Amino acid sequence: MDYATLLQLLDSTLRLGTPLIFACIAGLYSERSGIFDIGLEGKMLVAAMCSGTFAFYSGSAWIGLMAGIAGSLVFALIHGVTSITFRGNQLISGVALNFVASGITVLTAQSLFGQGGRTPPLTGAARFNEITLPFVEALRPVPVIGPLYAEVISGHSILVYAAFAVVALTWWVLFRTRYGLRLRAVGENPAAVDTAGVSVKGLRFSAVLITGVLCGFAGAYMATALQAGFGKEMTAGRGYIALAALIFAKWRPWPALWACLLFGFFQALALRPDIVEAVVRVKVPVPALDALPYILTVLVLAGFVGKAIPPRAGGEPYVKER
Amino acid sequence: MDRLPRWADVVLVPLVSLLFAAILSALVILAIGQDPWEALKVMVEGALLSAYGWGYTLYYTTSFIFTALAVVVAFHAGLFNIGGEGQAQLGGLGVALVCLALPWPHWTIALLAAVTGAALFGAAWAAIPAWLQAKRGSHIVITTIMFNYIASALIVYLLVDVLRPTGQMDPATARFPETTHLPTLNDIPGLNLFFEKKVPANVSLFVALAACWLVWLLLWRTPLGYQIRAFGKSQAAARYAGINPVKITMIAMLISGGLAGMMAINNVMGEAGRLVQNSSEGAGFIGIAVALMGRNHPFGVLLAAVLFGFLYQGGAELGLWTSIPIELRIVVQGLVILFTGALDMMVRMMLVWVFGLFRPRRVGVA
Repeated sequence: MDYATLLQLLDSTLRLGTPLIFACIAGLYSERSGIFDIGLEGKMLVAAMCSGTFAFYSGSAWIGLMAGIAGSLVFALIHGVTSITFRGNQLISGVALNFVASGITVLTAQSLFGQGGRTPPLTGAARFNEITLPFVEALRPVPVIGPLYAEVISGHSILVYAAFAVVALTWWVLFRTRYGLRLRAVGENPAAVDTAGVSVKGLRFSAVLITGVLCGFAGAYMATALQAGFGKEMTAGRGYIALAALIFAKWRPWPALWACLLFGFFQALALRPDIVEAVVRVKVPVPALDALPYILTVLVLAGFVGKAIPPRAGGEPYVKER
Repeated sequence: MDRLPRWADVVLVPLVSLLFAAILSALVILAIGQDPWEALKVMVEGALLSAYGWGYTLYYTTSFIFTALAVVVAFHAGLFNIGGEGQAQLGGLGVALVCLALPWPHWTIALLAAVTGAALFGAAWAAIPAWLQAKRGSHIVITTIMFNYIASALIVYLLVDVLRPTGQMDPATARFPETTHLPTLNDIPGLNLFFEKKVPANVSLFVALAACWLVWLLLWRTPLGYQIRAFGKSQAAARYAGINPVKITMIAMLISGGLAGMMAINNVMGEAGRLVQNSSEGAGFIGIAVALMGRNHPFGVLLAAVLFGFLYQGGAELGLWTSIPIELRIVVQGLVILFTGALDMMVRMMLVWVFGLFRPRRVGVA
């Protein structure tokens, strides 16, 4: 494999990794607060549909993004009410919301546009277009670094850079602020947080809503940057891959970034089986590449590649003592 | 919180949940500019008012019974098996291998062999997550989700690269021989008076009914069933009583996976006559809704499976005769899971409040 091909692969890795990063960090907030969320997929899908629709009508990708976040927030709120207020089963609630999202997005898009459940293609300002970073042309002649900067680092939509910023911000919030300390505590021992006079419900709701916002980013990126418009089931299991990445990263922000990029790399490889064949000199079936993130996650869960220990209070509704 | 009377808990709670799901679904239909009443009429006519409609409704019912029983058995052991989809697809592989392996002389023998094959493959696919849960403590929900995706990748690979007959374009196995064809309901003397034309519902329906009864027998009439339920109620207490947690987890998940796999005799052997991609078509997930709706009891599962069969066939009719997309049935299904599974506490609180209104007030201190 030559350098140019590698750069192409890395470029697609960033593109395909971005929705995973948003969704994975989204899941991180929720699960750190003790609320399991297997509904990342559904929230992404709803956000993709809302942002695609509103971007089409308004002609502005930013309005699309706002709509995507709003749509995702509605689903996050339902999950919050179900699992925090009514102490319902968080896993079942997540499964249910994924179903509702999968159906309602197609239903809405079909009744609005009548194009088989997709939005019309978005063009111009209705999409987040690629940004060329400064000095690209000046640096291009520099060997190795020049092409890397021009091909891989520059030339993405603003949301790709935002994803990296979100990871850094999340690390800071989680480990350097009072809110972060409380968030981590409420996922481990809600009773202690309660005793300290901090509202468990309030903290958990705030985390679930942050999850909604970030899933909104993930979905909006899918519909208005990665592709030009919403399509039926367009998230294609990315919510679950993000969940897998979260476990792979053991619920920590920076490892989450690397896990998402790794899984994004696998997705990029699955699109280019010819490269894989050239490198390993054996024909690797595409489904094997598709399944790799899941297999790796199972191995991590099994403790063969370091043990993944989830937040201790995860999945358990908190009942205040009387 | 006050307790509800038992009949209310068993009958009223699911009915009220269903009512909520129905009201929201009606609102969704209104929101996309259609008439919910008209939609319901199309669904009832298409699914229940003709032999043809019943043929499809019962066909879906059969699949849902198997996948729901799979959820039920695991649930009683305190395990949430979300991997019915993958297990059902692997069951399909088992059926395909069995049907293509030998020249079966008669469908009865082929059915017995196929049931075994389907159950073994489904159980095998559930065995790994079960072992990981029992021995290494990995969360079964997450591993079974991962295994759904691994299963679908595996099946795609096998159909494209291994099992596809040479010269065939679409990724599917060869057609099963005619002798493995299961009699459909219109082939059965007596039933053919009602089912006059060819319908997809087949003898697997009776296997499914038998499975319902056997699961009930297992869970409530055998020592093993008692152990499974005790383990599901309290792992600590079960362990203290000498129940081996690894053994129970494995057994419950193997039975669960086997049941999910057995669904394949209905869709792969009975209907398609060959294995195609995504053969289970989401029935593994619908099983979750059916099990929740049926209160994790085999008899409830039977009723709920008929309801979902109606919903599925009715939804297909909606897609055919109205401009309401077929995806409506996915929304309804999601709403049913949401209300019966996750919001049952809310429904129960509301019912307790309503019951409180009618209860004569006690005077004085009790």
